[in-house]
Amino acid sequence: MGVLDDSSPIFAQIAERLADEIADGTLAEGERAPSSNELAAFYRINPATAAKGLNVLTEDGLLEKRRGVGMFVAAGARERLVERRRQAFAQRYVAPMVAEATRLGIDAGALLALVRQVSDDPPGAAAVDGTQPSSARGGITV
Amino acid sequence: MTPTIAVSGLTRRYRGHVALDDVTVDFEDATITGLLGRNGAGKTTFLRILAAQEFPSAGDVRVLGASPIENDAVLRRMVLIREDQSYPDIRVGHVLRAASWFYPNWSGELAATLLRAFDLPAGRPVKKLSRGMRSAVGIVVGLAARAEVTLFDEPYAGLDAVARQIFYDQLIADYAEHPRTVLLSTHLIDEVAGLLERVVMIDRGRVVLDADADTVRGATTAVSGAVPAVDTFAAGRPVWDRRTLASHASVVVGSPLTDGDRAWARELNLTLTPLSLQQAVVHASAGAAGERAEGSHA
Repeated sequence: MGVLDDSSPIFAQIAERLADEIADGTLAEGERAPSSNELAAFYRINPATAAKGLNVLTEDGLLEKRRGVGMFVAAGARERLVERRRQAFAQRYVAPMVAEATRLGIDAGALLALVRQVSDDPPGAAAVDGTQPSSARGGITV
Repeated sequence: MTPTIAVSGLTRRYRGHVALDDVTVDFEDATITGLLGRNGAGKTTFLRILAAQEFPSAGDVRVLGASPIENDAVLRRMVLIREDQSYPDIRVGHVLRAASWFYPNWSGELAATLLRAFDLPAGRPVKKLSRGMRSAVGIVVGLAARAEVTLFDEPYAGLDAVARQIFYDQLIADYAEHPRTVLLSTHLIDEVAGLLERVVMIDRGRVVLDADADTVRGATTAVSGAVPAVDTFAAGRPVWDRRTLASHASVVVGSPLTDGDRAWARELNLTLTPLSLQQAVVHASAGAAGERAEGSHA
């Protein structure tokens, strides 16, 4: 099944992938999104499942149907996604981190210090191939 | 809307053996369904009866609105490709030509594309082909027929992983342009998981699971951690499998988890692992069979 996994329904993963691309600007506003048949061929999935994934984004107003042409990224879609992900950030990333820190006996103060340390000097930033440190990618990771 | 395939109360008995036991199931147009089950579960008998190559002992089968038995109009709109399909002693090209006369929607263009994709020599006698290549011929016929009802019964004996991938890719590509009712009986569930909209599992002649593939996938999670935590979390949920190792337990929970459930699992220090469709189907059908057995004792 290629790059998809078993973590959630396939249509939800398709929606998530497309949302990621909108959020990081790979799929720019006003650009045509892949059709269900294109997604089906690429991800090796049933076209109906791909259509269901696209449908999640149209119902959400992130994609717009233009009759006979296809689906296009709606104006303001990226901003809305980034805003929503910022709001979900605490629940999705911070809560599990705090839970694990608590298990390891790392208190809030020590945790904050660690966050600051990693933020200043991300692990892997000194990679020999000269790739950008993850913190330099800006809003992408939210 | 009338379903493309409507089966009710279908039973098939052989001497002292019930191959299909009161099977009732419908298939709608434009869906790809995985027909799953162990060897001898009744899948082949089921498909052969749909294609009127075998007859019911009891029950009713309608394909495209009519009985398929000796019904040329229906049979021409339906193709069944079997594992180890046998062919008369002719060349590959002749097999395709004969099929093109029989199936009204036959696409010569698609057949030619598929021949190239599978690297099949049109001039070679079918008898001289390897087992895998013979399977490929069946797949070419099954896809190029573009039959409204397309039945594949483990069509890939001897096909290697690359050729199977070609089959899946071609099936998706052609199905996207020409949707039809596809039933694919297979053991290789994870390989085809993405293709399936629906899974129907047959066990000992009965349908034990009939569900949307995404529902099955989303509804099955392995939960592991300390025994008391696992048991606390699993209480009141359908549990399909439970294993313990010293103070560690792992269960398969057969109902969807909410975000609240996930947060709670984190608090309890539990690990949640989604199951693959194949694992989910195995557990779900075992669970369903268990419930049935309990129900019948009640």
